[in-house]
Amino acid sequence: MNAKLPDLRGLTLSERILSVKSGKRVEAGDLAVVPVDQAMVVDSIAPDVIRIIEEDLGGVIQRPECVSFVIDHVSPASNIEVAKAQKEAREYARARGINLFDVGRGICHQVLMEEGLARPGWVILGSDSHSTTYGAVCAFGTGMGATDIALAAASGKTWLKVPETLRVNLHGERQGNVAAKDIALEIIRRITADGATYAALEYHGAETFTKSERMTIANLAVEAGAKVGLVVPGGENFSEYDVPDWLFADKDANYSKQVDIDLNSLKPVVAAPFEVDNVFPVESYQGTKVDQVFIGTCTNGRLDDLHIAADILKGRRVAETTRLLIIPASSQVLEAAVADGTFATLLAAGAIFGTPGCGPCMGRHMGVLAPGEVCVSTSNRNFIGRMGSPDAKIFLASPAVAAATALAGEIALPESELVYA
Amino acid sequence: MPDQNRRIWKFGDGINTDDILPGKYAPFMVGEEKFQSYAFAHLRPEFAAQVKPGDLLVGGRNWGLGSSREYAPKALKKLQIGGIIAKSFARIHYRNLLNLGIPVFESEDVPELLNEGDNVTFDLGTGVIIRGAEQFQLRPAPEFLQEALKEGSILAYYKKYQRFPGESYD
Ligand code: SF4
Repeated sequence: MNAKLPDLRGLTLSERILSVKSGKRVEAGDLAVVPVDQAMVVDSIAPDVIRIIEEDLGGVIQRPECVSFVIDHVSPASNIEVAKAQKEAREYARARGINLFDVGRGICHQVLMEEGLARPGWVILGSDSHSTTYGAVCAFGTGMGATDIALAAASGKTWLKVPETLRVNLHGERQGNVAAKDIALEIIRRITADGATYAALEYHGAETFTKSERMTIANLAVEAGAKVGLVVPGGENFSEYDVPDWLFADKDANYSKQVDIDLNSLKPVVAAPFEVDNVFPVESYQGTKVDQVFIGTCTNGRLDDLHIAADILKGRRVAETTRLLIIPASSQVLEAAVADGTFATLLAAGAIFGTPGCGPCMGRHMGVLAPGEVCVSTSNRNFIGRMGSPDAKIFLASPAVAAATALAGEIALPESELVYA
Repeated sequence: MPDQNRRIWKFGDGINTDDILPGKYAPFMVGEEKFQSYAFAHLRPEFAAQVKPGDLLVGGRNWGLGSSREYAPKALKKLQIGGIIAKSFARIHYRNLLNLGIPVFESEDVPELLNEGDNVTFDLGTGVIIRGAEQFQLRPAPEFLQEALKEGSILAYYKKYQRFPGESYD
């Protein structure tokens, strides 16, 4: 196999993946046609994808096992239209042998990771912009529209313009209660919301981060406009994956830009309304009254996130004026939280739980905000109207800041130092 | 599509998908037949009625930022625009344009040199624009895209050949 590899010298991670996959050396700016290891389709896009496959592409699905449908965006269904779309997706997936992850299994990106359908060096297309999450295991994950996804399902391939790479170097050790979310938001503040448009982000210095933490960082790559966000593979937390020996960051690789982040100097932050790069230390907004706290989503709805929230809320009560809504990212996360007592701790503190899925992340159901309301959310977008009323405000924060806020009823910092796994 | 008598419609930086087709005029709101008549409804209300097949749209930076709505470029496709020349394009929108078979050209300087209402001749194959005695050269689309555009779109190309253009010139 290695004998047939193209010349990979001097290439970035994303160039290496696209070169190996296309079978010839490609660099930033080149076009590559590559096989797709997974084409992921969420419930709301499934009817369009099905229509294009059936009407335009002769009903061909190259490798059904490389296509996954996930019923997660409005799950369980909130109205008849949604129920019809989900019924269509479900029946089609069964009839065609496509992987189906139905109501309650969880959020698309979390589910693919748990199912081993995202692996180092793979190419994964998702009908959802946060498909950059797969970069946590150094898979080339990127979001695309219905036509592209349908073409990928029918042909087993896609075309890509090889992106330039912007290298992010994390230096030093994080202090106090600085979470992966804080680091991810700081990166976006530095790069800005369109600073990485068309580009690949390549993260160095996250070798000791857990898989969940890497997912948080890669998830937010798209909020800087990036096509893909690849974390350098390796380290103890990668032991469950086989990393192909060609998949490493070359010392001589060509980066369009480098950004250096000093972890020692970071503090817990919030992204204030209405842009994700509007990032400030929590102190700047401390004391802001909060109506709803939402812990969940593909960014921060995993077991370690619930553990941090439980550490803060154990034996205490959510403020009377605040609702704490928790939606685990997947059924596995929920089961594990029940098994280790985290679920009971959070329930006792007054948390409300929803079915694993996206929940109110994009304002369609289960926790929509009223005009004038303020929400602290562990999600990834604080745009106007994202979670309901355009007159509501969303602050993005880590699960630690979210839990501390739920306790205080206003934006707050955790009182004591937490232990991150 | 005639090469001659193409009109230049000039736009600025940061034209977003709501400018191109406001959400309230989405096909499922106003119908598949006529949603294109609302293209640029807020920004250039005269556009949809006056644009002619082959006309060229010229923009600045980050053309098409915002939503991934495929029906925004689809409205321009239905109006048979000849192409879009901009300083840069937003990523998901760029793919949508190509998937629909709308020629796109990235150029730093040409958008500065063309004016609203210019009457030009344009050759898609060579990327040459002629205005009177002047000539402007666009970087021709990559071979990959030219091949796809010959068939109408990437989807149409794939339908016909069961492969992507890039696979044909290895
Ligand atoms: S949780 Fe939110 S950001 Fe993540 S996939 Fe669902 S809707 Fe998208």
